[in-house]
Order: sequence, then C-alpha cells, then structure tokens
Amino acid sequence: MTKHFHNEIEKLKNKILHLVAMVEENLQIAVKSIIEYDIGQADKVIMSDPKVDSLEVEVEEDCLKILALYQPVAADLRYVIAVLKINNDLERIADLAVNIAKRTKTVTRHPDVEIPFDLHDMLSITVEMVKTSVDSLVTNNTQKAYQVISEDDKIDDHDANAFNIMQKQIRINADYSEYYVSLLSVSRYLERIADHATNIAEDVIYMIDGEIVRHRSDLA
Amino acid sequence: MQPYNNSIDRTIDKTDKKNYKFEYKMTVEDLDFWYGDNKVLHNISLNIIENKVTSLIGPSGCGKSTFIRTLNRMNETIPGTRMDGIVKLDDINIYTDIKDASKIRTRVGMVFQKSNPFPKSIFENVAYGLKVNGIKDKNLIAEVVEESLIQAALWDEVKDKLNHSAFMLSGGQQQRLCLARALAIRPEVILMDEPASALDPISTAKIEDLIVTLKQKYTIIIVTHNMQEAARVSDYTAFFFQGDLVEFGQTKEIFTRPKKKKTEDYITGRFG
Repeated sequence: MTKHFHNEIEKLKNKILHLVAMVEENLQIAVKSIIEYDIGQADKVIMSDPKVDSLEVEVEEDCLKILALYQPVAADLRYVIAVLKINNDLERIADLAVNIAKRTKTVTRHPDVEIPFDLHDMLSITVEMVKTSVDSLVTNNTQKAYQVISEDDKIDDHDANAFNIMQKQIRINADYSEYYVSLLSVSRYLERIADHATNIAEDVIYMIDGEIVRHRSDLA
Repeated sequence: MQPYNNSIDRTIDKTDKKNYKFEYKMTVEDLDFWYGDNKVLHNISLNIIENKVTSLIGPSGCGKSTFIRTLNRMNETIPGTRMDGIVKLDDINIYTDIKDASKIRTRVGMVFQKSNPFPKSIFENVAYGLKVNGIKDKNLIAEVVEESLIQAALWDEVKDKLNHSAFMLSGGQQQRLCLARALAIRPEVILMDEPASALDPISTAKIEDLIVTLKQKYTIIIVTHNMQEAARVSDYTAFFFQGDLVEFGQTKEIFTRPKKKKTEDYITGRFG
C-alpha cells in the first residue's frame, strides 16, 4: 500500500512540474508579445491556455484521489495540500498571461506612443518572482520562497505608480485612453501574478516547515 | 540506542490559548520495564491529561501495550517481569502506596483488543464488577447496569434481552459490552488496548464515537495500530519505538508537523 502511495506522490510531483513548465513558458511568451508588439506570440499564449486548464483539473483530481484513498499525514499531507493550492495559483497565472496577451493587441496599435511607466522593470521582476517561487517548490528551498515574498512590495509600488501616471496621461491625451487603459490593465495583471507567486512561495514554506506565514507583514 | 526522553517535553503547557487549565490524571516518571533480562521500556516519562484521550502509537514490539499495562498494574499478572520507576494516579503512587492491585483496577479500568465477555448473561457481565466489590443492593445494581449500557451505547440494542447470553451478541456489541462492564465500576481512567482492531468499520465508528463522548467523564488512554484512528479520536499522541518514547504532543501537531524524523517516517510509512 505504501509503495502505491509513494508512486502516486511521484506521479503528482511530475504532473505539477509539467504544469509549472507550461505556465512559466506561457508567461514568458506573453511578456515577449507585449515587449516586441508581436500578435503572433500573443495568439500562441491564448491558444495554449486550454491545455493548462485541463492539466490543472487533472492535478486537482489526483490530489483529491490521494487524500481520499491514502489519508496522508505530516510531510505527505502538507505536500498534497500545497500542490492543491499551488495548482490553483499556477492556473490563475496562466489566465493572467492570456489577459496580457489579449491586451497586446490594443497596445500594438500604438507602437509610436511611449509607454509612460517602467513596464520592463515590472515585467522582469514579476517573471523572476514566478521563476523563483517555482524554483523554491522544485528544490524545496525556503530561502528562495522568502525572497519572493520580500519582492512583492516592489510590484505593488510599480502598480500604484502606473495608476497615477495613467490617470494623468488619459486626462492629457484622451484620444489614447484605450491604449492607456490597456497598459494599466497589464500593470494590474502583473501585480496579480506577483501575488500568486507570493502565494506559491508561502505554500512552499508551509510544505517544508509546516508554518503558515500568510498575513505576516514582517516578511514583506 | 540512545533514549529520546531527555529531549521530550512531556510537561505540555498547562494553559492553552483559551486559558483553559488542565490537570494531569496520571504521571509516569523514569519507567523501565523488563521481561526477564530483556529491557523493553527505557526511561519513559509521560503525563496523561485528565478528560482527554491520549493515544499510544508505534510498530509491533515498541512497548506501547507493555506501557499501558503498567498503568493499572496488569503487568504484575505476567510472570518474570520487573519494573522500575514511578506511576502515579493523581498523587498516589500506584505501586508503593496501594497494596492490593485490584483496588487500582477499579479506578483504572481496561478494555482489550479481543472482546472477552464472561459466559454469563448480558446483565451479569455488567453487574459482575459491582458484585465482586461487595455491592448487594439489587436496585442499585440494576440502575448502574442500565446506566453503563447507555454510556456504552448498547442499551437500546440489548434492553429487551438482558438475560440472554453475552455470546449471542455480535463482535462489535461484545466489545461495547466489555466497555459497559469496565464503566460499571465507575473508573476514573479507561485503558484501551486496540479496542477496535477486530471490528468492522461501523462497529469501529461506534467505538470511536464512544471514546470521544466518554472523555467528558473519563480520562482515556488508547493503544492503536491504526494511525487514522489515533488521529480521529485522540487529543494527545505518544509515539513509541523500540522501547523509547520518541515523541509526545498534541495529535494535530504530530499528524501535521511532527518534530522528530522518526515519527515522520513512521506515520508516513517510510520506515526502515
């Protein structure tokens, strides 16, 4: 029985890693599409999302099966619970990557207008947060997880800043309001993605140390 | 092998978060136990909290059944054994302060793995403990028998056949009858040595429900091989391995984040 159980855990591990790879790739492509004004890349992200969705459902079903059939405890229990939650965060990140890709189509119509806030920095921090959070999962590394949590404030500041700038820009240049609203949405999506990366990091800490670190302002 | 006891916090903070205070019903200090020359318990120190369920888990031969027997001097019925250390019920040392072991067993009752009703009627089985303790008042006996059977959740099933032989009952009913028999003498502590291991899931669920209900009136210590059972019914869990107490703590902690790797390995099935 134990052998079967450990096989199930192994299978689950492989599946979540597969999902991690898919989501990371989609996010990278979405980011590239908006930086390079590349609608083709944007379509690629949108088209591949159903695969992410079906894998997410599969992972959830596997977790439920393991909980029902094997009643795991201790580290095994924490692992399955963490995967169940991380799975959800990954799927949301993939959805937000799709949203970014959709906005690429509006943004691309105005390649001549300068992006009035530091989108590049925001993109690279967010992508790095997602990468580090999934790295912490793959390598069981709480240090990396804490690093992700401490980065989240930077993205929140960027997003708040973008909001103020866009408000002004729309007032000044109402003809481009659709463009600015799209950019503001991208900023908001990135902020949400960073939150999901933070959630993943928090779940990794729970998985490894058994400690729930959510809602702790001292870590930010 | 090094004993683990030094690093075990057996005291458990006497006030929990809601400022609820509890008392130790039994305390065990530096308990050693031998079968002949074979030392099977090493320096066990453990406190049993009143009105809580404490489960003892561990692989076969780890000493948990031996340990539970020392709590009402049942070990003395096994020839060639020897023990050293202190076992207290409230403030009484049950080995030095009381001469007659049966006096202890009226306060610390026991239910075994295999139900062992006497070849008597259902009524007589439950009344037995009262009668051997010199109680003759028939009304009182009838009252206690009914109350004990109600507490053991068996009354409704047997009230119309109290004079039938106890052997006519099913395995699960026989086990609850043995529990009623233990309850009839109004013990303060109930020891249970794998009480549900020979029962089907429905009977097991009844015994487990009973354990959780009974803790309001009694202090319960249960030995079980079934880890899920320990997780379901107990408030505190002690993990024994090769005669050592490896870890003792709140059940919810032991089963979500045990402190010792050995405990983790055992409860997750990664032993060896």
